[in-house]
Amino acid sequence: MTLNKPVTALEARELTCIRDDRTLFSGLSFRLQSSQALVVEGRNGSGKTSLLRTLCGMALPDAGDILWCGEDIFRLGADYHACTAYVGHRDGVKLDLTPLENLSFARSLGNPDPDCTAHQALEALQLAGFEDVPTRNLSAGQQRRLALARLLITRARLWILDEPFTSLDKHGIAIVEELAHKHLVNGGMLAVTSHHPVNLDPGATTRINLSE
Amino acid sequence: MSTAPLSHAYLILFKRDLLLAFRKRAEIINPLLFFVLVTALFPLGIGADPALLRAVGPGIIWVAALLAALLSLETIFRSDFEDGSLEQLLLSPHPLSVLMLAKVSAHWVITGLPLLLVAPLLGLLLDLGADANATLLLTLALGTPVLSLIGTIGVALTVGLRRGGMILSLLVLPLYVPVLIFASSAVSTAGAGLSISAHLSLLIALLALALSLSPAATAAALRISLS
Repeated sequence: MTLNKPVTALEARELTCIRDDRTLFSGLSFRLQSSQALVVEGRNGSGKTSLLRTLCGMALPDAGDILWCGEDIFRLGADYHACTAYVGHRDGVKLDLTPLENLSFARSLGNPDPDCTAHQALEALQLAGFEDVPTRNLSAGQQRRLALARLLITRARLWILDEPFTSLDKHGIAIVEELAHKHLVNGGMLAVTSHHPVNLDPGATTRINLSE
Repeated sequence: MSTAPLSHAYLILFKRDLLLAFRKRAEIINPLLFFVLVTALFPLGIGADPALLRAVGPGIIWVAALLAALLSLETIFRSDFEDGSLEQLLLSPHPLSVLMLAKVSAHWVITGLPLLLVAPLLGLLLDLGADANATLLLTLALGTPVLSLIGTIGVALTVGLRRGGMILSLLVLPLYVPVLIFASSAVSTAGAGLSISAHLSLLIALLALALSLSPAATAAALRISLS
C-alpha cells in the first residue's frame, strides 16, 4: 500500500487496434474516473467490441497502455479482474442451469458483494419468480437481463458493457439505465457501446466515436 | 485479491460442470458407447479365437479408450465458448490454471471414469486373465487422466477455430502415443505373468508431468485463443 493512494481511474494512452491488417483505431486516449461513463460509438466493424475486450484485459492492444489506478492492467491481472464486470455480446449464462444457479456460480467465481445476494439481483432485474425455471425457457430479453444481473452481485467498480440493450424492450432498457445511473452515483464507472441512445447524465459522460 | 481460497473456486466450477453434464447426459453416454461398441465389434471382425483375442485385447481396449477420449475432448470447452461463459472464466479474479484443472477433472469424471467402470467387463469379453484385467483397470486409471490433461491443451489452442477437430487430432495424437505404448504393453506383460513396475512408474511419471504442467499450459493457450 502506498501512502498517497492514486485515484481510482481507468486511463487509456495511445491505444491502437489492428485486425487483419486493418487499423481500426489508433492513438486513442481517454481517462475515466469515479462516477464517469464512457460511451463508445461508431459504425459496425469500427472496433467497438475490440476496444471493450481490450479494456477488460482479454486482448492485448497492438500499441498503447491501459492503466488502472496508475498501473498497467495486464500487470495487475487478477486484481484488475476483481474490480471489473463484463457483459459481452454473448450472455455468458448456461441455458441448462436455472437463473439462480447461474448467478450463484457467477457470484462465487467473482469478487462477491456481501450486500447483494443472487435473489436481490434477480429482483432488481425483475426476474423474481423465475429463479428455478431453466434459463433455456426464458425469453431472449430475460436471458439478457440475467446476464446483466451479474453486474450487481460482485464488487465491480468498472462495468464494461457491450451492447447491453440488445433484445431488451423499452421497459428493460429503463431498468438497466436506472441501474447504470445508480452505479455512477455510487462512484462506479461505466464503459458502454450501444446502438440505442444511452440515457446518462451528460455532464458525467465522455463520448468517443471510432468512425471519425 | 480473491478472498475465497483456491479450493473453493476449484470446487464450484467442478460441481457446476458435473451438474451440467448430469442435465445433458448424452455427453456421458457417447464416449462410453463408442468404447464398448468398438471393443465388442473386434471379436466379430477378427474371429473369436481366445488365444488371438488375449494377444490383441490390451491393444484393442487401449486404442478404443484413446479414441473415445479424443472424440469427447472437444466438448470440454465448446458450450462454454459458444455461450460466452469461457470469457467470464477468463475474467474471473481466480487463477485460470486452477479453473482449468477443475474443468479437466470434471471432464475426466464425466468421460473417463465411465470407461474404467466397464473396462473389466470388456477385458472378460476379450478373455484377459485376472492379472491382466486388474492391470488394465490400473493403467486406465493412470492413463486416461493424462489423455484428458494433454488433450485439453490442444482444445484450448483450437477452441476459436471453426473446424478445429482435424488440427486437434494432429496436435494431440502424437502426445498420446507414449501413454498408449506403456499402458497396453503393461497389460500384455501382466498377462504373461511378468513384473509391470517399470511400466507403472513411467505412467505415474507421465501423470505427474501432465498434472503439473497442463493446467498452466491450458490457461496460456486459452488466453491466446480468446484474445
